[in-house]
Amino acid sequence: MSFLDMDEFLIDLAEKVEVVYSPVVDPKIYPADVDVAFIEGAIANTDNLELAHKIRKNTKIVVSFGDCAVTANVTGMRNPLGGPNIVLDRAYRDARLLRPQIPHDDDIVPDLVERVCPVHNVIKVDLFIPGCPPSAKRIRKVLEALLAGKPPEMIGQEMLKFG
Amino acid sequence: MSQRVVIDPVTRIEGHAKISVFLDDDGQVSDAKFHVVEFRGFEKFCEGRPFGEMPGITARICGICPISHILASAKTGDDIFGVQIPPTAEKLRRMMNLGQITQSHALSFFHLSSPDFLLGWDSDPAKRNVFGLIQANPDLARAGIRLRQFGQEVIELLGGRKIHPAWAVPGGVREPLSRENHKYMLDRLPKERETILMTLGLFKNMLDGLKEEVENFGSFRSLYLGLVTRDGAQWEHHDGDLRVVDADGNVLVDALDPRRFNEIIGEAVEPHSYLKSPYYKPMGYPQGMYRVGPLARLNVCTSIGTPLADAELAEFRARGSNGIVQSSFMYHYARLIEILAALERINILLLDPEILSTRVRVHGSVNKLRGVGVSEAPRGTLFHDYEVDENGLIKKANLIIATGNNNIAMNRTVKQIAQHWIKDVPMNGKPQIKEGFLNPVEAGIRCYDPCLSCSTHAVGQMPMHVTMYDAAGNVVDEKVRN
Repeated sequence: MSFLDMDEFLIDLAEKVEVVYSPVVDPKIYPADVDVAFIEGAIANTDNLELAHKIRKNTKIVVSFGDCAVTANVTGMRNPLGGPNIVLDRAYRDARLLRPQIPHDDDIVPDLVERVCPVHNVIKVDLFIPGCPPSAKRIRKVLEALLAGKPPEMIGQEMLKFG
Repeated sequence: MSQRVVIDPVTRIEGHAKISVFLDDDGQVSDAKFHVVEFRGFEKFCEGRPFGEMPGITARICGICPISHILASAKTGDDIFGVQIPPTAEKLRRMMNLGQITQSHALSFFHLSSPDFLLGWDSDPAKRNVFGLIQANPDLARAGIRLRQFGQEVIELLGGRKIHPAWAVPGGVREPLSRENHKYMLDRLPKERETILMTLGLFKNMLDGLKEEVENFGSFRSLYLGLVTRDGAQWEHHDGDLRVVDADGNVLVDALDPRRFNEIIGEAVEPHSYLKSPYYKPMGYPQGMYRVGPLARLNVCTSIGTPLADAELAEFRARGSNGIVQSSFMYHYARLIEILAALERINILLLDPEILSTRVRVHGSVNKLRGVGVSEAPRGTLFHDYEVDENGLIKKANLIIATGNNNIAMNRTVKQIAQHWIKDVPMNGKPQIKEGFLNPVEAGIRCYDPCLSCSTHAVGQMPMHVTMYDAAGNVVDEKVRN
């Protein structure tokens, strides 16, 4: 969402990059030979895990994007409670619900992983952008550096602060 | 034996979802289902935390409508304190919510949905998106981007940042509005009003050519639920009472204190989705299907209460019967009218003599052991319900997320669209359905502008194929290197 807060810079960006896979575009299959991928969010379920590996295999520069991807953050707040059944039970097997059950349709609903973890725990990450969310300004600076073929300078509060 | 075709992932929505289309032996659609595939566990891991932390934590449920969670959570805290917040604090909270309605609705319309009807349902899927819109109609795209930006700026000017501002708290808000920011907003408003009126004109002109969509995108009888003002049952987005109307415009529930939401709303669980299915208890499940959000808010209110939006509402209602517009495709139309209403209301608030008052917060302690806070999120009515101990630590938290309220209707919508658009699929081998026929099924979900994500995974990945330019604008390389 913060990405869209770059506002009119998106218009400039549209001329310079091709967005090939994202929630805001329609292709359903992650393509080969992608230059840069921003991965947002922690690894919380088996779908996330599978996609992370697919992205790594087909991408030159993988960016861990936002505090959840970098540290697991709020998503990881379930970890100290134990495995996923504790949170699932509370949400789906409460006595006040009609048809209480843990959603389980095997082909469709992915299982939660035992422990939520940051992206770099499961694949190699080339660059970290913290922030909850990273500000549009921070994202733009990273993109401008990458477009110029340089590694972005992740220095100082403006580029590195969590939260 | 029935076969299943899965759309994975559903795109141009907020969050992670799949759709299954089930085909019978003759290649006809027998059913379709909408699956939400993310789950966080907020209700559980918030237990034991101080209720004052809840606005900050629950905001992370979502990056598009964090303000709804911040406001609903702060209001729940007001209820636990048992206090009345200063009038200016309430007005500023309202202003922030109106900013959010503007930005979120503009995002839904311009960035996510309009490529379908402006570029074509079966246009090139690689270009059927906001970047394709920028190429095809740069002026409209720029106006839409700026309108969304204005909504985000209202949030930033009040709360210090665009997403997840730590501003609304139990007892009020942390910072008043500055004179400088007040002036900036007043100066920007006329231009944004012009943009939304232009867009409304454009959309209304297109509607006659979209008859098939209006008739088949979730066009069915249902109940509608939303907040209305306590005085006169007008359009409301922040406070007020719950109202439920039926498909013929009869009022089934009126002036219900939102704290009593449990009396009319139950929740069911289905094995195929992490999203629960709320229903209207007196009619049972799943007959008690109701819709929330822009379409519902315009169907339940007597009027909006501002002149330009009320004129639009009259035209809107003329397209329905008994004052009820029942096609979910009209969510798009309702969303544009609500942006206009939000801009008019922001203007009224800015002209309010109290708006610059610096008395914006009261303090309290735990006076009640249960609190309920409600807010109209851009996509529908949101409920936070906390039980706390004497020290204010959460014992139980229940959240009914706006999008969830539409779950039964979203499932009905994908089935209706699939049965209308997908016919006679060859069943020798693995069934293949043309992309151009699957996109309308996804677009049925986009009508509701669902917000499915949470902080964990949120909007996902932004991979890019990069062309490099030098300072003079010459292409130096087609690829990025380390």
